[in-house]
Amino acid sequence: MSAQKPRTLFDKIWDAHVVETLPDGTAMLYIDLHLTHEVTTPQAFDGLRAAGRKIRRPDATLGVIDHNIATDSSRYTGIVDPESRLQVETLEKNAAEFGMPLIPLLDERQGIVHVIGPELGRSLPGMTIVCGDSHTSTHGAMGALAFGIGTSEVEHVLATQTLLQKPAKNMKVEVAGNLAVGCSGKDITLAIIGRIGTAGGTGHVIEYCGDTIRSLDMAGRMTVSNMAIEGGARAGLIAPDQTTFDYIARTPDGPKGAALERALAWWKTLPSDAGAYFDTVVKLNAHEIAPQVTWGTNPEAVLPITGVVPNPADVEDEAKRAQMQRMVDYMGLTPGQRLQDLKVDVVFIGSCTNSRIEDIRAAAAIAKGRRVADGVRAMVVPGSGLVKKAAEAEGLDRILLEAGFEWREAGCSMCLGMNPDKLTPGQRSASTSNRNFEGRQGPGGRTHLLSPAMAAAAAVSGHLADVRDYQPKETV
Amino acid sequence: MQAFTTLTGIAAPLPKANVDTDQIIPARFLKSISRSGFGKNLFANFRFKEDGSENPDFVLNQEPYRHAEVLIAFENFGCGSSREHAPWALLDFGIRCVIAPDFADIFHNNCFKNGVLPVRLPKEVCAQLMEDAKLGANARITVDLEREVVVRPNGEEIPFKIDPLRRHLMLNGLDDIGQTMQHATAIDTFEAKQKAAQPWLYA
Repeated sequence: MSAQKPRTLFDKIWDAHVVETLPDGTAMLYIDLHLTHEVTTPQAFDGLRAAGRKIRRPDATLGVIDHNIATDSSRYTGIVDPESRLQVETLEKNAAEFGMPLIPLLDERQGIVHVIGPELGRSLPGMTIVCGDSHTSTHGAMGALAFGIGTSEVEHVLATQTLLQKPAKNMKVEVAGNLAVGCSGKDITLAIIGRIGTAGGTGHVIEYCGDTIRSLDMAGRMTVSNMAIEGGARAGLIAPDQTTFDYIARTPDGPKGAALERALAWWKTLPSDAGAYFDTVVKLNAHEIAPQVTWGTNPEAVLPITGVVPNPADVEDEAKRAQMQRMVDYMGLTPGQRLQDLKVDVVFIGSCTNSRIEDIRAAAAIAKGRRVADGVRAMVVPGSGLVKKAAEAEGLDRILLEAGFEWREAGCSMCLGMNPDKLTPGQRSASTSNRNFEGRQGPGGRTHLLSPAMAAAAAVSGHLADVRDYQPKETV
Repeated sequence: MQAFTTLTGIAAPLPKANVDTDQIIPARFLKSISRSGFGKNLFANFRFKEDGSENPDFVLNQEPYRHAEVLIAFENFGCGSSREHAPWALLDFGIRCVIAPDFADIFHNNCFKNGVLPVRLPKEVCAQLMEDAKLGANARITVDLEREVVVRPNGEEIPFKIDPLRRHLMLNGLDDIGQTMQHATAIDTFEAKQKAAQPWLYA
């Protein structure tokens, strides 16, 4: 084996999961964990039923309800929207019929699929993980090869526990140096997308490395990997290390005792070998990253908070100029306007990108002793029931409520505009989610993506704000 | 899945880059539990005004493009969410082929599972085809998967390449689950080996 050529983390996980290679190079890739939710599965179960097929590995499959549900107390009295209710009931019915484990809506473990996988210790290093959701890239922070799939592929995995895949190219994104005050994983991942563009990672799996990435806690790493897809890469990866292992040791369902020892022995062999080949390499200096905020309608349209709205007239390429003009118009901006002068109507702290306990702590630290500005609706939506419980045990809910934030039930909420949490046309939001596409948070809504601390600063100031001007107050 | 062999039809020009899946089918329309019926909400935020009436400026609300079977766009088509509702909505509307310089990976995969053919052609060729498409109903283009060529209204043929396995499945309208199931013994063998080496992955 020592003569083998150096391999990347991606290569190692890939090689360990190839069941067979077809003559044209397509691999039949084995899937270790399949996460499912209510929106992208009903048609897959219909397909199984029609063909008389079963779930091959119910023990490697886990369902949860997250996308279409309200995040107010209405879930305790029954889902109001009839279409949402039918979708949730369909998942419950399918889980019962096919023997798929499902976390019930009112279970304290319920939450966003990409929060609960790692949190429960189900998403582990070296695994292949899929879900009918593009932000499955989040689980790559555990050192797992994790990517989003469509509903036909959901059906394929349910029936065969495999997927037909061509190997991806390897891309290395190295971030070095100390992260500046006021910056977090969100600022790193936005800065990376600003550099590589929304299609920069197409056809690649991105491995994030460098001492800045190493210094992040697991929540920060998940935020970084979550947005790999916004840079076009189906999967992000971060090599497992002691931070990862310590995190797993605290999870309820992660391996324990002898099983953990055995797992650790394998996990420690996973990091990319010295000299492994990367098709594309990108390097960033962390100290050059200032708190980031998007101004346009894709995550590549991002600037430091100290920036101004760009001027389409400065762009030479006609198609690009037209695209920028469309963004400026849709977002209701004026070229040259300071980003910090943009008033916000709604602040959303949540989503699979930024709804973990560390994110809520960051928001609460800014909110403590301050008040949400008049006319601003600010909501905090924990990523899971367990995050909510932990935050309440720390008293973060009280800090946020006293500051005038809403403290809600777990779910995808205002990330995607398919449940009651939506923007109305023309409303401007400061959002910790991952997509600022036109209409993403509701038709006509205007989304600015930023970190939880930056979102909290926007909430208390009433406009996009530089979090460095709103450092935590020590005493209340 | 419906086979895709050759298609001759009206092409609609959509000269935009980064057409994301939230544009193709907004999330609020994803609540159906069936695969059909998404066509009426295809590009809903562009096709319809706030009051629900049609936006006459959007290409798919104009003749002859209401009957388009081919859509031509610019870079990174289908970026964003993994929702297969995007190709379902295109198909339900009647669009069976999208031509663009490149596609986001998940959308690209999803198309092949549904008989929607994504054809990659250089940007300047896409721009040329958009000009052709602007000629209207008489300017039909042909997409021939068997021969891997797009035929312009003037008869010029433009070659494209599709992955051989995917082309085979598309031409024959084959479901790949059935194919994979023929390898059940290999999957059994893999699982036995993995269970011995990594028992923590098994309940």
